[in-house]
Amino acid sequence: MEKLLEVKDLHVSFQTYSGEVQAVRGVSFDVKKGETVAIVGESGCGKSVTAQTIIKLIPMPPGEIKQGSILFNEKEIVTKSKKEMFEIRGKEIGMIFQDPMTSLNPTMKVGNQIREGLIKHQRMSPRAATERAIELLKLVEIPQPEKRINQYPHEFSGGMRQRAMIAIALACNPKLLIADEPTTALDVTIQAQILKLMKNIQKKMGTSIILITHDLGVVADLCDRIVVMYAGKVVEQGTKREIFKNPQHPYTKGLLRSIPRLDQEKETSLIPIFGTPPDLISPPDGCGFCERCDDAMNICKLEDAELHQVSETHQSRCWLLHPMAQGVES
Amino acid sequence: MTRFLLRRLFFVLISLWVIISATFFLMKAVPGGPFSAEKKVPDEILKSLEAHYGLDKPLAVQYYDYLKSVVTWDLGPSFRYDAETVNQIINRTFKISLVLGLEALLLSIALGLFFGVMAALYHNKFQDYSSMVLAVIGMSVPSFILAVFLQYIFAIKFDIFPAGRFESPLHHVLPALSLAALPTAFIARLTRSNMLEVLQQDYIKTARAKGIKENAVMIKHAIRNAILPVVTYLGPLTAGILTGSFVVENIYGIPGLGTQFVQSITNRDYTVIMGTTVFYSIILVFMIFVVDMLYGVIDPRINITGDNAKGGNANEFQ
Repeated sequence: MEKLLEVKDLHVSFQTYSGEVQAVRGVSFDVKKGETVAIVGESGCGKSVTAQTIIKLIPMPPGEIKQGSILFNEKEIVTKSKKEMFEIRGKEIGMIFQDPMTSLNPTMKVGNQIREGLIKHQRMSPRAATERAIELLKLVEIPQPEKRINQYPHEFSGGMRQRAMIAIALACNPKLLIADEPTTALDVTIQAQILKLMKNIQKKMGTSIILITHDLGVVADLCDRIVVMYAGKVVEQGTKREIFKNPQHPYTKGLLRSIPRLDQEKETSLIPIFGTPPDLISPPDGCGFCERCDDAMNICKLEDAELHQVSETHQSRCWLLHPMAQGVES
Repeated sequence: MTRFLLRRLFFVLISLWVIISATFFLMKAVPGGPFSAEKKVPDEILKSLEAHYGLDKPLAVQYYDYLKSVVTWDLGPSFRYDAETVNQIINRTFKISLVLGLEALLLSIALGLFFGVMAALYHNKFQDYSSMVLAVIGMSVPSFILAVFLQYIFAIKFDIFPAGRFESPLHHVLPALSLAALPTAFIARLTRSNMLEVLQQDYIKTARAKGIKENAVMIKHAIRNAILPVVTYLGPLTAGILTGSFVVENIYGIPGLGTQFVQSITNRDYTVIMGTTVFYSIILVFMIFVVDMLYGVIDPRINITGDNAKGGNANEFQ
């Protein structure tokens, strides 16, 4: 399959009063056409920053792309000017945010919020844009779209608003949809509906999706490949099957252990990952996870591991996979 | 909607009644009267004057008469100026105050929004600091000092604008500026802080993610949400401009309602005091009403009529 997006060795930092926060420290991954890639990790691991950097939505300053490249359709994003980015945002890449309650403008009719991008990018007449907006609301399965486009966001429920957000993001048929925790703020039944909707739309339109989440349950349903991030780095990536069935990095294993299972004994309690992620103002020289890792060795503190190839599609950044670590009991 | 309007009207009438009564009794409580001038007036003349204006009647009757005259909007003759009734005085002077007030109002809204938005867009940069320094000056310098200062610099030193009176448009510049300074500063600060808050909101990020131009993001998404508290301030702002005009009109010698009001108080010109007070209160109460209505127009989430049964909320659970 052809690569739609290729992120290589991306470093993003933020200047703050207490110092430079290295939010993203060398992230590489790619997204192929029509594929869904999940970026998984806990809060503050740099997944949202990575996603927002792809469409340069991070405020610059204080944010700064230190190094690396983002190739979208074989064109470099990092060096693009502000003006050129206006032609990519919304048109080539759409984005959905976490909280539908605050992501829609409360003083603007939903229809107008959808039409805005259409009028800007596709030079539609206002009337054509209205028709397209109705179509889009139908696509995201909102009943009575003719009536709904004239309503304000506060007249929509949470799930409805997230559907409207999806309609906005998809308005101009983008090639890539970035969904930044699209279901985190919704209750579980609505979550399932939204995920199903995204799946259907992907089937219909062939859009690639980057799904950012900390919920592996969400991932299992929707995505093809998984990128696990920790402390601003990719610690493991592979196909969904590889990550779930054969996790290599202790962090990934920990994440999987902390999901409740239907078939487990009632009395067994969940196993959390103890501790907190490192401070990214002065990131550790070694592996970011070693303070919380049961299998940490001396080398883990001194130097971070390279990405080791587990299979053709599966990589993990852990010293345990180093040839010299063979035979170490874990 | 009609029920809502009627209810509001009822409250408006009650507040007006309270204001009218308070003014009446306060005024009566102040020692002296319209005819206690420096020159001693013979007792018989004083008596017949008081009888003529009904001041010899018991207080309750005077109060009743007064309420009646307010309701019929026939405010009676001025005690001091025989030639004019209170209605005529208000008609003559209010036109002038209205023009000055509107000029100051528009000026302060336009300048205040401009400086506020500028300051927010260039947060922590030169534009921000200079706007906010201006705003602090505007808020802390009282209008009577500013008015005299402007008069001295622009009328006396450089002779660009006339120092007083209210004839050609040139005459309007200095009084309008002195009157607008405080509200401009207030609106600028209010707009700035609201803009800064709104710019952090998620929907601004959504708008940017749509790829629309930064200007459109500001105008269509940010400013409209940021000016909501400014609209709230419009009611008190009108009050400020009205009361501010007492001082400014006096300094520039403008024959407006403010000057008239101040004069009538020193003169104990009962009917004029009452007439102008009632007139001011009506304007104020009306302005607050207009602001409430505007609120509902600008922010669709606010349901001014207070009935939730109607509207889209019921559909939410489909």
